[in-house]
Amino acid sequence: MKHLLTTRDLDREAAVRILDVAEEMAATADREVKKLPALRGKTVVNLFFEDSTRTRLSFESAAKRLSADVITFSAKGSSVSKGESLKDTAQTLVAMGADAIVVRHPASGAAHRLAHAGWIDASIVNAGDGTHEHPTQALLDAFTLRRRIHGADARGRALDGTRVVIVGDILHSRVARSNVWLLATLGAEVHLVAPRTLQPAGIDEWPVTVHALLDDALATEPHAVMMLRIQRERMVDAYFPSEREYGRMWGLTAERFAALPADTMVMHPGPMNRGLEIASVAADSTRSTVLEQVTNGVSIRMAVLYLLVAGVEEERA
Amino acid sequence: MSARPVLHSDDIARALRRIAHEILEARRGDGRLVFLGIPTRGTALAERLGRIVDEIEPGVAEIGSLDVTMHRDDLGRSATRAPAPTRIPAAGIDGSTVVLVDDVLYSGRTVRAALDALADHGRPRAVRLAVLVDRGHRELPIRADFVGKNLPSSTSERVFVRLSEVDGVDEVAISQ
Repeated sequence: MKHLLTTRDLDREAAVRILDVAEEMAATADREVKKLPALRGKTVVNLFFEDSTRTRLSFESAAKRLSADVITFSAKGSSVSKGESLKDTAQTLVAMGADAIVVRHPASGAAHRLAHAGWIDASIVNAGDGTHEHPTQALLDAFTLRRRIHGADARGRALDGTRVVIVGDILHSRVARSNVWLLATLGAEVHLVAPRTLQPAGIDEWPVTVHALLDDALATEPHAVMMLRIQRERMVDAYFPSEREYGRMWGLTAERFAALPADTMVMHPGPMNRGLEIASVAADSTRSTVLEQVTNGVSIRMAVLYLLVAGVEEERA
Repeated sequence: MSARPVLHSDDIARALRRIAHEILEARRGDGRLVFLGIPTRGTALAERLGRIVDEIEPGVAEIGSLDVTMHRDDLGRSATRAPAPTRIPAAGIDGSTVVLVDDVLYSGRTVRAALDALADHGRPRAVRLAVLVDRGHRELPIRADFVGKNLPSSTSERVFVRLSEVDGVDEVAISQ
């Protein structure tokens, strides 16, 4: 594996392998010395054209736990605002010795372009490109699900038969897209819920069941409900009448939360809009995995950086 | 390529029993004795050694495993390997005698990596090394304290250790 751009091209074996490596990475958190020497002498660049404190900090701490040198590049106030192209920025970073570039960009396909345009030779990790994909988020969600379901016995397993309901702005959500491909590959049964206005074209061809109403999806007694953030910055058109209306129809309200099976997990990629897509009583309950997802994010990103950067590329059989 | 067997199942059992006795004999004081196997086959050997020691002196042995993948000096020169689980006894290793267990001692590089990996978990009072086969050709100043069999070999030969836990059969063989 040279790049991680999408969860779509991960087969089941590769996906389980990443989750298994992440288990070992998670185990290092209990050690006296939490740092591993695996990426000593390697440089990881965080190239962020979009604000994202959480993802950036998660990648930063993952790279540092593996002993890599980390350079963080935020587009704001940089040469990008003077009009430098993606190509020139990337080539500059590689000239400074970057072995891997973690890229977050508002344009769908930016990571793919960096990886395959022939501009640079570094490994590329997609940390979110437009409304396209956010593969490490999906991996950490799958990891969180697997750990909650299988506990200490999780190694080597997938998510066969796990029912996951993903709710919210599917149209703009890269988290949803990455999760759909990955969870389906791992054998989970995925249900999507969104107002018709927030369902993308072509959703019928996805390996999922689509519902317009949240209560229909919750009636399947899912193992997990994943609430997506309503991205106010993308709500420029009238996708739904009002926030109150959305919360009532598609939010995980206290009443809906109380009606869920007692062991259904509540997931959210963060940051949460409390009272809009998720009620506080759900977000703060023991069934909420929100903070676990943050912790697991570091383990997953350690696993991905390790697998991409530590060794030489495997021979394709 | 034909593999010539050099140790059979009962030879391996006998060698492990002897090593277990030697470890207990060399043990000074009453500190804890922690057997850490280096995956994959070292883990199985550590479990066997621990069990034998426990039969002789019940309650003395603690068993675990120590993955060294992240500490290898050839990490950046070969295809990425997935690390195996590390299991350290709940009481940790501080102040204990750790016996590292591996199947074959060859260049010594795995053991060097293991010593580094061990330091991440604490500070044992002493570290010993037990191996089933020592085939020579050391590239580092490392030696084993307990050896099942010294097996002079040429670098062109390959030594195979097969254990029932992993391979379904107990055997050590050498091939050209």
